[in-house]
Amino acid sequence: MKSSNLLMVSEICIYHNIEPDFVNSLLNAGLVKPAEPENTLIPVTELQKLEKLINLHRLDINLAGIEAITHLLERVEILHEDLQTLRNRLSRYEGA
Amino acid sequence: MAFIDYYKVLELNKTASDKDIKNAYRKLARKYHPDLNPNDATANKKFQELNEANEVLSDPEKRKKYDKYGENWQHGEAQEQQNRQQQYSRQSTTGGADSFGGADAFSGGDFSDFFQSMFGGAGGGGGRRTGYRGQDLNAELQLSLQDVMQTHKQTLTINGKNIRITIPAGIANGQTIKIAGHGGAGINGGPAGDLYIKFNIPADARFKRDGSNLYNTIKLDLYTAVLGGEITAETLSGKVKVKVKPETQNGTKVKLKGKGLPVYKKDTEFGDLYLTYDIQVPVNLSEKQKQLFEELSKS
Repeated sequence: MKSSNLLMVSEICIYHNIEPDFVNSLLNAGLVKPAEPENTLIPVTELQKLEKLINLHRLDINLAGIEAITHLLERVEILHEDLQTLRNRLSRYEGA
Repeated sequence: MAFIDYYKVLELNKTASDKDIKNAYRKLARKYHPDLNPNDATANKKFQELNEANEVLSDPEKRKKYDKYGENWQHGEAQEQQNRQQQYSRQSTTGGADSFGGADAFSGGDFSDFFQSMFGGAGGGGGRRTGYRGQDLNAELQLSLQDVMQTHKQTLTINGKNIRITIPAGIANGQTIKIAGHGGAGINGGPAGDLYIKFNIPADARFKRDGSNLYNTIKLDLYTAVLGGEITAETLSGKVKVKVKPETQNGTKVKLKGKGLPVYKKDTEFGDLYLTYDIQVPVNLSEKQKQLFEELSKS
């Protein structure tokens, strides 16, 4: 991976004024994927996910809560896609 | 311009302490935060209201001014005009937001007219607050089934900015694509949100769609159905000739391979077009024709 596509965790923590321990706990829980085993770099593609999790942390939601919410949101997204697919399929029979 | 009861927004009374305000804001933000309510415009609006209420009530100076003039803010505005110009004048962009794409710290749409009139732009007082990622914006774009046939570029104007997007062929009705960083500006220096464009593809008069396959019912005259022949069928890429087998039954489906829609993000693959024959029984028969049918029925 090109170094321009990697971000330093420490810089993100400074920018967002967030404690590095929290980001490390997200990386250790697998909620954000690091670019290398030392957890010092993350791919830029993981930034948006990380920022969303930082937002949840700022709402006083703990790691366990963030983990549960992340899984539920993933399920909501899948269900939403399924619903749209079924709606589209249903339209084939409507007004037939 | 309507007065906004910020205490009501945060479900508090006027005696609320700073801690009460903080707790109420966090509690309601957990309920309405856009990250927890994807694709929910009502929750997004509510979250914006919460931010505005929190911006005022968690800042001692703003809260004092709000409490002092409250519903009579217009009167108070005249008195404090000079003061406001010095203290709360709309500030140009500052560090954080600008470094994430040069958006204004707050556009007019982020805070209510009431807030802007009373306090000017955002961020006038107080120290550094929590930087929230900007609001994700949702837009809807209508396409025809014909538009879905080819990958094409389109320029959209979102909040006064032109954005050129590529719409991949085969996109589905209701499908959403994300344009990163083109959402609302970050709050208190946070990064900009994303723009989500949802595609609305209304039902086509001719073709029904299921994924990349298309379906159409076409009328077939009785004689061609019985004896076989050739008909012309419409497809999205033009008219094609279709051979009809002799003794074709009503409701028979035929597949025109590759005459459906392109498969999303696989430009060289296409779905199929399914034709269902609707055999038309002849009407207004002449005497001669009736006789011939009678003969047929006896044979």
